[in-house]
Amino acid sequence: MSQRIANCPNCGAPIKFLWSSAIQTTCEYCRSILVRHDVDLERVGEVADLPHDASPIQIGTEGAFRNKPFLIVGRIIYEYDQGGWNEWHAIFNDGTSGWVSDAQLEYAVSFLAPPPSPLPPASGVSRANKFQWDGLTYEVTTITKARYRGVQGELPFEYWDKETVTFADLRTSTGRFGTIDYSEEKPLLFLGEAVEFPELNLKNLREFEGWS
Amino acid sequence: MSPQAPVPKAKGLNCPNCGAALTVRAFEHSLNVVCPQCLSILDAKDPNFRILQKYKGKERLTLLIPLGSRGKWKGVVYEAVGYQQRTIHVDGIPYSWDEYLLFNPYHGFRYLTHYNGHWNDVRTLRRLPVHLTSGTKPRSSVDGITYTHFQTAQAETTYVLGEFPWQVKRGDKVTAMDYIAPPFILSSETTEEEVVWSRGEYTVGKEIWQAFKLSGSAPAPSGIFANQPSPFKAKTKSIWQLYWMFLLAAFGAMLYFQVTDRNEEVFRQRYRFTANTPGEASFVTPTFDLKGRPSNVELSVRTDLANNWAYFSFALINEQTGTAYDFGREVSYYSGRDSDGSWSEGSSGDTVYIPSVPEGRYYLRVEPEMAPGSSAMDYELRVRRDVPRTRYFWIALALLLFPPVFTMIRSASFEFQRWQESDYASSSSDGDGNGDDD
Repeated sequence: MSQRIANCPNCGAPIKFLWSSAIQTTCEYCRSILVRHDVDLERVGEVADLPHDASPIQIGTEGAFRNKPFLIVGRIIYEYDQGGWNEWHAIFNDGTSGWVSDAQLEYAVSFLAPPPSPLPPASGVSRANKFQWDGLTYEVTTITKARYRGVQGELPFEYWDKETVTFADLRTSTGRFGTIDYSEEKPLLFLGEAVEFPELNLKNLREFEGWS
Repeated sequence: MSPQAPVPKAKGLNCPNCGAALTVRAFEHSLNVVCPQCLSILDAKDPNFRILQKYKGKERLTLLIPLGSRGKWKGVVYEAVGYQQRTIHVDGIPYSWDEYLLFNPYHGFRYLTHYNGHWNDVRTLRRLPVHLTSGTKPRSSVDGITYTHFQTAQAETTYVLGEFPWQVKRGDKVTAMDYIAPPFILSSETTEEEVVWSRGEYTVGKEIWQAFKLSGSAPAPSGIFANQPSPFKAKTKSIWQLYWMFLLAAFGAMLYFQVTDRNEEVFRQRYRFTANTPGEASFVTPTFDLKGRPSNVELSVRTDLANNWAYFSFALINEQTGTAYDFGREVSYYSGRDSDGSWSEGSSGDTVYIPSVPEGRYYLRVEPEMAPGSSAMDYELRVRRDVPRTRYFWIALALLLFPPVFTMIRSASFEFQRWQESDYASSSSDGDGNGDDD
């Protein structure tokens, strides 16, 4: 992991990069959202107050998925009627980028995947839709209209100024799961696995008063 | 490294309805919190703890697991943070159970459910069961275990306390389906928005009392619960194993005796008895030797009786000690023809076994007797020593069957009682129990 240092074009605070390929990051001091153009950082906006949340994961948390170590470098925060969740951006030691989601302490690890068959548009997806991918049946179990609540740290793409985003959650009869993300013009597919907290072997977690 | 977010603390606040102090224990995960005083449901995400639902009822429940109790459960410290009572109606009768919500800030949420002293340790399932269509009852399979449908009912939230990471209201209804594979239970809760699957494992109340250091003792279970493991199932298996082991041993013993028994003829003699002759009818035989370990003696009588009977008083007497084995045998044989054809009754011979006779020199004292008016009969006496017998094997086989058959009956009765609580109860009320079905 490189530790490139630049300065915030807004407040001049030092900006450290944990991941050399980051496209976007945030300034910890003035909350500017910064997008990288070669060596320059462009301020594209500012993060509103991040909601208080109780995810035990934080930037700098380390863990492993299928024996591959990762480091958490950033996150996207969403909220909906039934709570909120974090998509933590994880950088694996082979340089690949993945996501550790924490939805009220239910954890999952997923990766951007090329759709094995065309994805339906947001208007055409509904519960109980089924997809046959890689020999597994993925079934749409919930469709969530979430509110984008902010970003923190380093992301592999530009992601800011969103409002409502639709997600379709897919489950299988095994631990495999998927998410169709309708935040962009073209839907994105993330495929991965539901995991239990101990399986991720997380270190450098947040602390909670009264829980040691 | 980046400056870290502040360490979350359990939050204390006052109820906007009644002013009572309350605590939010599950940090920002809690969406709703219930005032312990006035039971108003409050929006935990709202800065002013907006009142979502006031409580109009009078009932006050005392929880078996007080909220705030902590215990090490399945290797992780959990705190009881929420409670809901849910109720189903079967034939118009309400049945309520308890659901305790447990929380750990890293491991998340799990549930302990309770009904009539029966507990389940429940976690939500993040995979979809596969529905099987074969068989009489619907079945569902997950993680290699096949569950059989037990009950479908409308469950209503009838009482809440503490806090929840979802929106909760008294009066919330879900369609609850239970599938069982004791000690596991697979449940689905269906609302308009989603289907949530969970898996429970039957748990003994005592373990919960120990883990959470609860006062008093766990309520004794009454009745048989849907996924309560049958105490007879494992027993039936082990008792059959024992049965086969004993049977094999008995069979082995029988074979051993077949091979090792002396099976030796020690005496054989023909006699003639003439009835109605004056004087003593009894006589003694020459002596013969019985050898080896104490074992049986077979005495056979063969006569030429036809449509007649005879009675023999026997004594097997040890010449050295005078020990006598006295016994009497009746021999009778009748035969003829009638409209149904030929018939016969009885036998002209008889065989008797005298068990456990020690070795020594013996003789028989014999006293025959015949029906009045008879003339004479010829007969033969034969004595065999240490004769192998299969009869004991068959008796053992039958006696050994009792425990496994008894256990199987009890096991079947247990299963019958279990299913009496299901949608498949075999009573006149069958079908009425499904009144709340979708």
